[in-house]
Amino acid sequence: MELEILVSHFQSKDMKAFEKLYAMYSENICGVINTIVKNTDLAEEICQDVFMKAWNNAESYNASKGRFFTWIMNIARNAAIDELRSKSNKNSKQNLSSDFFVDILESKDDLNSQMDTIGIQNLLKNLKEKCVQIIELLYFKGYTQKEAAEELDIPVGTVKTRNRNCISQIRGNIAI
Amino acid sequence: MDVNKYITSGILELYVAGTLSEEENLEVARNAEQYPEIKEEILAIEAAILALSKAAAPLRSGSKGFNDIMRRIAALSDTKVITMTDSKTNWFTYVGWAASILLATGMLWMYNQNTQLKSEINVASQTNEVLEQQIFEANTSLEKSKELLNTIRDKNIEVIALGGQTVSPTSYAKAYWNKAEQKVFIDAKGLPEPPDGMVYQVWSLKLSPLTPTSMGLLEDFKNDDNKVFAFANPNESEAFGITLEPAGGSESPTLEQLYTLGAV
Repeated sequence: MELEILVSHFQSKDMKAFEKLYAMYSENICGVINTIVKNTDLAEEICQDVFMKAWNNAESYNASKGRFFTWIMNIARNAAIDELRSKSNKNSKQNLSSDFFVDILESKDDLNSQMDTIGIQNLLKNLKEKCVQIIELLYFKGYTQKEAAEELDIPVGTVKTRNRNCISQIRGNIAI
Repeated sequence: MDVNKYITSGILELYVAGTLSEEENLEVARNAEQYPEIKEEILAIEAAILALSKAAAPLRSGSKGFNDIMRRIAALSDTKVITMTDSKTNWFTYVGWAASILLATGMLWMYNQNTQLKSEINVASQTNEVLEQQIFEANTSLEKSKELLNTIRDKNIEVIALGGQTVSPTSYAKAYWNKAEQKVFIDAKGLPEPPDGMVYQVWSLKLSPLTPTSMGLLEDFKNDDNKVFAFANPNESEAFGITLEPAGGSESPTLEQLYTLGAV
């Protein structure tokens, strides 16, 4: 309920509420962007832009249509993908459909594992590659169920259940 | 509704991912309101994604921080107007300026025209006044002349010619005497202009013995247009004479300066 009040204050341009929401989600949003652009400096830049977009379009969020985090994550995904497609990244070798986010997670984990409350190794423990793939497509790249099914060459119905199982595994790893 | 089956279907995971249709989103939100288990499940899924995305965050994540956001919001409200005029409204700005310059020029021109016309009207109305004054004066003059003519033509009028005397043989005058009304009109057109400081004085005379009675002065002789002067004359006059006297007139006539004289 706290979150709902915070969001409604944010929507009426309350800077304090916005600051709290920023504190709650900025790392996550930067993380989502980083999985797409795979460039920490660029990710941070886009991340700030995303929060500016959120502020400027605050009134367009409707709680009945989804979670606040889902809304802002969607803005982040679109901004990051736009950036990748933009001219400034034309020559970049980075590719949306290869290179799983797990690389980032692992490299970051190697560099500074103490920073994370839940280590990435723990989070992804026992997670199969097909889980990493489907999570990346659905959460970090904004694929629809159908698009993910085509990408992974599996039936549409399987996307839902496989994703459910993968998320459950992560949840299990958090609980440990 | 089988809540457990609904949860295990995996729709809630897609809800958090934001990949459902709007209709499905509304349905999930409705169910979450109705069933606390569903709401809890959604929060748990979101927590997993939050943990995952946080793990993927850049190391220096948040180094710019909220201060940067606040600065940008402040700058946004400061420069909003400028950015708008800079980007899309250039064309409108030019047209706007052109239109206002055109309007200003037009108004200035109209103002000048107006002033000019006003001054023309002013001149015309002044001329008009002068002309009206002249017409009025002419009418008055005409009235006077008619009145004079009527007076002179009155059947009770006796006309006495006054002939020039030694001092000015060419002078002459005429007296129109209305005995009934005891009035005399002196037509002094035949008299020369009196020198400065002198004035003509009209006398009523009784002949035996010679008794002059002053009837008055031909005042402002020079400026009198018709040179006809009216006097009251209650006397039993036998003759009229006009002498030149010092300004203001004399008690008795200076006979050396008798210009005209005529007997009734």
